[in-house]
Amino acid sequence: MVVKNILDRVPKNLILKKNVALIDATGVYYRDLNSLLRSLDGNGIEKIEICNVYGQRYIGTDLDGHLDIDIYGTPGNDLGAFMKGANITVHGNVQDGCGNTMDHGQIVVHGRAGDLVGHSMRGGKIFIRDDAGYRVGIHMKEYIGKRPSIVIGGTAQDFLGEYMAGGVLVVLGLNMKEKVHNARFVGTGMHGGAMYIRGEVRHLGEEVAVTELNEEDHKLLKSLVEEFCGYYGLNAEKILESKFNKLIPVSSRPYGNLYAY
Amino acid sequence: MKSYVAPEYIVERDQDRCIRCKVCVNQCSYDTHCYDEEDDCMISKSENCVNCQRCATFCPTQAITIRENPNHYRSNANWTQEVLTGIKKQAETGGVVLTGMGCDKPNLTYWDRILLNASQVTNPSIDPLREPMELRTYIGSKPDKLDLEMDQDNGVILKTKLAPQLQLETPIMFSAMSYGSISLNVHKSLARAASEAGTFYNTGEGGLERSLYKYGDHVIVQVASGRFGVHPDYLNAGAAIEIKIGQGAKPGIGGHLPGEKVSEEISRTRMIPLGTDALSPAPQHDIYSIEDLRQLIYALKEATDYTKPVFVKIAAVHNSAAIASGIVRAGADAVVLDGVRGGTGAAPRIIRDNVGIPIEMALAAVDQRLRDEGIRNQASVIAAGGIKSSADVLKAIALGADACYIATAALVSLGCTVCQKCYTGKCPWGIATTDLWLTKRINPDIGAKRLAGLLRGWSLEIMEMMGGMGINAIESVRGNRLLLRGVGLTDKELEILGIRMVGE
Repeated sequence: MVVKNILDRVPKNLILKKNVALIDATGVYYRDLNSLLRSLDGNGIEKIEICNVYGQRYIGTDLDGHLDIDIYGTPGNDLGAFMKGANITVHGNVQDGCGNTMDHGQIVVHGRAGDLVGHSMRGGKIFIRDDAGYRVGIHMKEYIGKRPSIVIGGTAQDFLGEYMAGGVLVVLGLNMKEKVHNARFVGTGMHGGAMYIRGEVRHLGEEVAVTELNEEDHKLLKSLVEEFCGYYGLNAEKILESKFNKLIPVSSRPYGNLYAY
Repeated sequence: MKSYVAPEYIVERDQDRCIRCKVCVNQCSYDTHCYDEEDDCMISKSENCVNCQRCATFCPTQAITIRENPNHYRSNANWTQEVLTGIKKQAETGGVVLTGMGCDKPNLTYWDRILLNASQVTNPSIDPLREPMELRTYIGSKPDKLDLEMDQDNGVILKTKLAPQLQLETPIMFSAMSYGSISLNVHKSLARAASEAGTFYNTGEGGLERSLYKYGDHVIVQVASGRFGVHPDYLNAGAAIEIKIGQGAKPGIGGHLPGEKVSEEISRTRMIPLGTDALSPAPQHDIYSIEDLRQLIYALKEATDYTKPVFVKIAAVHNSAAIASGIVRAGADAVVLDGVRGGTGAAPRIIRDNVGIPIEMALAAVDQRLRDEGIRNQASVIAAGGIKSSADVLKAIALGADACYIATAALVSLGCTVCQKCYTGKCPWGIATTDLWLTKRINPDIGAKRLAGLLRGWSLEIMEMMGGMGINAIESVRGNRLLLRGVGLTDKELEILGIRMVGE
C-alpha cells in the first residue's frame, strides 16, 4: 500500500522485479528517495539498485532490514548514517560522513571517500577502494560483540583514528608511490582499538605507540584484507607480504592526570 | 609534598549528644568520621569533609555541626580564600581545578532584579483554585500560517500538516544529566516523575538504560559529540532528540567521564569498554558550520522518519542571537539556551566561572532576534541554566521562552546540597555517583515523588502568579515583556532585556 502511494509520486522512477527494486534517482529529492527506500524496506524487497545517484544524502539511514543496496553514481554526505543492517555497495565515490555513527551493516565503495569515514561508528564494516579524506575513523568505538572495522585501500589524510576508542582501522596504501603515508596527527587522543598501517606514517599523535603485529593481529588483518580483496578483485597474499605497523593507544585514559582534585 | 591547602570545613561534635551509633561513619563516603574503639569515641577528620551535610542530616541526636574553617587567611578582596586555595592546589598537582554544579559567584543573576506585575482594579485577578488555568505548552516548530477548511458536517478542518510537537502539562522539563554523571536510580526517578507530571526528562549524552525505554514517551534523547549509546533504537525510543553543542557550565569544551566511573552498567548503556575514559570531544566533528548542523539535524530526522522534534542546545555566549538564528534556519524544532549559571557534573572552575553569559540576557536577545527576523514561530525556545524557582520560570517565559529546563533544582529536591563535589564520584547523597553502595540511597519511588512534588508546587505557584496578573493561559505570558519591570538595572541592561524600569 505504502509502495503504491510512493509510486503515485514518482511513477516512472521505480521498477519492481520480484524481490528486486530498480530506482532511477535522476532529479529525485533526497527526502523522497529515502522515503521510497523506507517504504520498500520490510516489504519483501531484498535488493535495491539505485542508478543516477547525484548527491542525495542519508541513503541507508533508518533501514531495518538486511537489504542489499547497489548505488550507481555519487551518493551525498552521511551515506549510511545511523545505519543498522543494510549492505551498501557504491559504484562510484562517496562524500563526507560515510557511515556516520553506523551501528551495523556494510558499505563497500568502488572509488574514493571524503572526510569523516566511520565517524563514531560502533559496528559494521566499511571498505574504501581508493583514498579517504581527513579524520577517518574518528571516535570509533567497540562494545562486546560490536567491533567496527574500516579498510582503506589507498591512503588517508590527517587525524586518522583521532579519539579512537575501539574497532579496527586498516590502511593499505596500495596506490602510493612512496612508502610513507602523508597524514599528520595520526591517532591523536586515541584510547582504544587498533590501526594496521601498511607502510610508515609521517607524523603520529602523542597518545599512540607503534608495535609489531602478533599472531592474533595477523589473523585479523588477513581476514579483513582478504575480504577487501574479494570485493575489488585484488591479490591478498601479495598485499599481506608487506610490512604492517600496528598503532595502539599508550593508555585507555590519556587525560587521567589533567586535574587538581 | 606537604600540602599547604587548609581544610575548608571544621566538623564539630557535641560529645554529650553523640551516642556513638556510627551512622556518620556509614553515611560519609569521604572517610571523614571514624570510631576509636580503645577510647570509645568518635573522631572526625575535618580535612576530608566537603560539607554535604549528609552526616548532620542523618545523625539521630543532632550531635554534628559543620562550620566553615574560621582560620581564614588575611582578608583581601582580590586574593580571596578561593583564589589562594586554588593556586596552592595547582602548585601541588600541576592540574586544572575541577568543580561541580553551576557558577557560585554573585552578580550574574538578573532574575532577582526583574519583578512581575499583578492586576489591581482595572483588570481583575483570577483565582486559580476555582477557575481554569492553562499551563499546557507545545514544543516544536509552528507553521507560518494555518490553512483551514470549513466543512458543513465536521466544522473547521485543519489542512496544514503540523510539525511534530511535544505536549507539556507544565512548562518545566528536566535538563540533560547523563547516566554516569548521575546514577540510574536518579534517572529512574526523573523518568517516572516526568511521566507522572506530563513532562519530559533528558537523558544527557550517556545513553538510555534499557529498563527506561518504557518511559520513552517522556524522554528526550541527547546526541552529543561522544555519540555514547547513540544507535537507531535509542533515537527512536525518545519523544524528541536533542543535539548538544554546548553546555552553560563549560561552553566550548568537551567532557571526560573518568574511567573509574565507567562501571559495567555504564559501559553497557554508553556502549564503550569497561574502565576506559569516555571522552566527549569539544566540537562535534561532523559540525563545523550551520550547514553541517543542518546536515545532522536532517540525519536525525531521517533516522526517525520525521516523527520527532529535534532540539539544538547551545551555551549562552556573546553571539547567541546570531547563532540561534542559524540554528532555526538549519531546521531545528527548538533552540535550547543554557546560561552561565548552568550546572555540571565536572568542569574546570576557571571555565565555569568565566565563560558564557547569563541566561536572561541571552534569552531576551535570542527571542528578539528571531522576532525581528520573522522566524520566531519556526522553533521553540527553551531556557536553562540557573532556574531556581517558579518565579524564574515565569519570568523566563515572559522574556520569550516557551519552556524551561531545570536540573540543579531537581537534584536538590532529591537531597543534593550543592556541595559542588560531583566530580569526585563519591556523592554521599547517592546522586552524582555510580558506586552501587551509594546509589542505593536514592529510592526511585521516593525520588519520583519528591520530583513530582517539586513540579506540582512550582506549577501551583506559576498559576497563582498568572492569576494575580489576570492571565489564565501560559500562552498569554509567553514573550509578554510588559509583565516585567527591572530594578537596579542600567538603561542598557533594560534595553537588552526589553523591559521597563519599575515605576515606568
